[in-house]
Amino acid sequence: MPTENIIEITYLLATALFILSLKWLSTPATARRGVFAGEIGMLLAVAGTLLYHGIVEYKWIVIALVLGTIIGIPLGEVAMTAVPQRTALSHAFGALCVTLVGTAEFYLRAPNVPPFMMAVLSMEVILGSLTFTGSLMAAGKLQEILPQRPITYKGQNFVNLGLLGVAIAVAGVLVAHPEKMQLFPAIVGIPLVFGVMMIIPIGGADMPTVISLLNSYAGLSAAAMGFVLQSKLLIIAGALDGASGFILSVNMSKAMNRSFTNVLFGAFGQEQAGAAAGAKETRSVRSASPEEAAGILAAANKVVVVPGYGMAVAQAQHKVRELYDALTKRGIDVKFGIHPVAGRMPGHMNVLLAEADIPYDKLLDMDEINGEFPQTDVALVIGANDVTNPAARSDPSSPIYGMPILDVDKARTVMVIKRSMGAGFAGIENPLYYLDKTLMLFGDAKNFVGAIVRELAGGHE
Amino acid sequence: MKLDLLTSLYVFMLAAFIGFEVIRRVSPLLHTPLMSLTNALDAIAVVGAIILAGEYHEHGALLAKILGTIAIVAATSNIVGGFLITDRMLRMFKASGPKKP
Repeated sequence: MPTENIIEITYLLATALFILSLKWLSTPATARRGVFAGEIGMLLAVAGTLLYHGIVEYKWIVIALVLGTIIGIPLGEVAMTAVPQRTALSHAFGALCVTLVGTAEFYLRAPNVPPFMMAVLSMEVILGSLTFTGSLMAAGKLQEILPQRPITYKGQNFVNLGLLGVAIAVAGVLVAHPEKMQLFPAIVGIPLVFGVMMIIPIGGADMPTVISLLNSYAGLSAAAMGFVLQSKLLIIAGALDGASGFILSVNMSKAMNRSFTNVLFGAFGQEQAGAAAGAKETRSVRSASPEEAAGILAAANKVVVVPGYGMAVAQAQHKVRELYDALTKRGIDVKFGIHPVAGRMPGHMNVLLAEADIPYDKLLDMDEINGEFPQTDVALVIGANDVTNPAARSDPSSPIYGMPILDVDKARTVMVIKRSMGAGFAGIENPLYYLDKTLMLFGDAKNFVGAIVRELAGGHE
Repeated sequence: MKLDLLTSLYVFMLAAFIGFEVIRRVSPLLHTPLMSLTNALDAIAVVGAIILAGEYHEHGALLAKILGTIAIVAATSNIVGGFLITDRMLRMFKASGPKKP
């Protein structure tokens, strides 16, 4: 069959282009070529599929492709601050596609479904439907449509794992007896509920881990769909996506000092529950005005800025760029130290700072920057808290003990821009604020940085 | 072209290994674009949805058509949106050097 061969060749080329696409993404210099390779691969695969002689009707396919494009364009145009929720939403769409195809495949084939086929089909729809509702919940929390506060109750893990257990048990029955078609809705419905329950206990700071994990689930469900449809291309694309999500999940859980099993079972978000009950701090802090802060920064040779989610919330990244420009113009070396879990998804801070035109070679990750703090004159913390908490290094009783942090306390002077003395997301006291070398700059990040920039511009020394 | 189970498992395993090796090398700087790009690539599931919606089915044709069509819409929006936003993000990453005024 010549057309069949043509289709297979387009799939083969698409597979190669997908792998090259991810390979080229490794550095900013070649990354855009990677996107281009991915686009060509996708175009080839879709065009090849449309040649398939088994397709008898094109009307709905064309309508759906057009409609999908119309929905996709605005999703590609969202503001950079909205990228985490957009990503969660696209995990939901991917999972929806996989779940719907799996469901249709079951009803087209039942009751003659061989055991292995039924097993992968079950995996496809279970992973797909829990990723669908889980991602919608995550997107809702990130968009602040849903309350961001984690909701926990006693026996939550028991209920959640129980739900998943029931779904897997039903899938087991279906593998043995695929003719029991009335059971099928359960392996779609129960995971849909599980997806919601899984995200309920998740707070904002856990989102980087959750999004990575959902990414991995979406990939695995697509790979399972590849097994069902016996499509090598789909198995490979799903495996690549699954591997990517898995690597990011492991990175995130390491950066938050959570065990990976803890993360896998969606049991995160719980450890902090009791953390707020710390002893009340009575020590005093030193605060400073924008004038004083500007004076100290102007006298420095080397400044490291540590941004956190608070910077994104205050939309301060463009003011931070102005500060970067003002300091660089004076010959001061300015770098940015970025913790892996800063922001709401992996790499979030880098994208926001890149959007503000800060050169990417000034954005250093935790391992790269930590050795530089002892030679740093000023560490300027903007909207970050727990990732700078030295208690993670020194206080075994701290709930975040062992979490890798940015060693800002090793800099000569630490300045922290913060709204008030309120504790971070985990409700943990940060001893950093009470050090003699620390100056607290109380105020809105955007306004405060703006005031420092004005001082630097006005008071030429 | 039909695959047997064992071949499928081999394909999956090899692809997973390649995935780990390739993605491990992606700089943490680009982890957000990485996620949006893999998301777009993952939407290759659209090929399954196209065949489902377009193929002739003796029974269950309506179900296949409805679910397949919705699935194509969902996957296509990921393809278009995913590639667009990834490229937009990557365009913003500039090295220092010739500074604009």
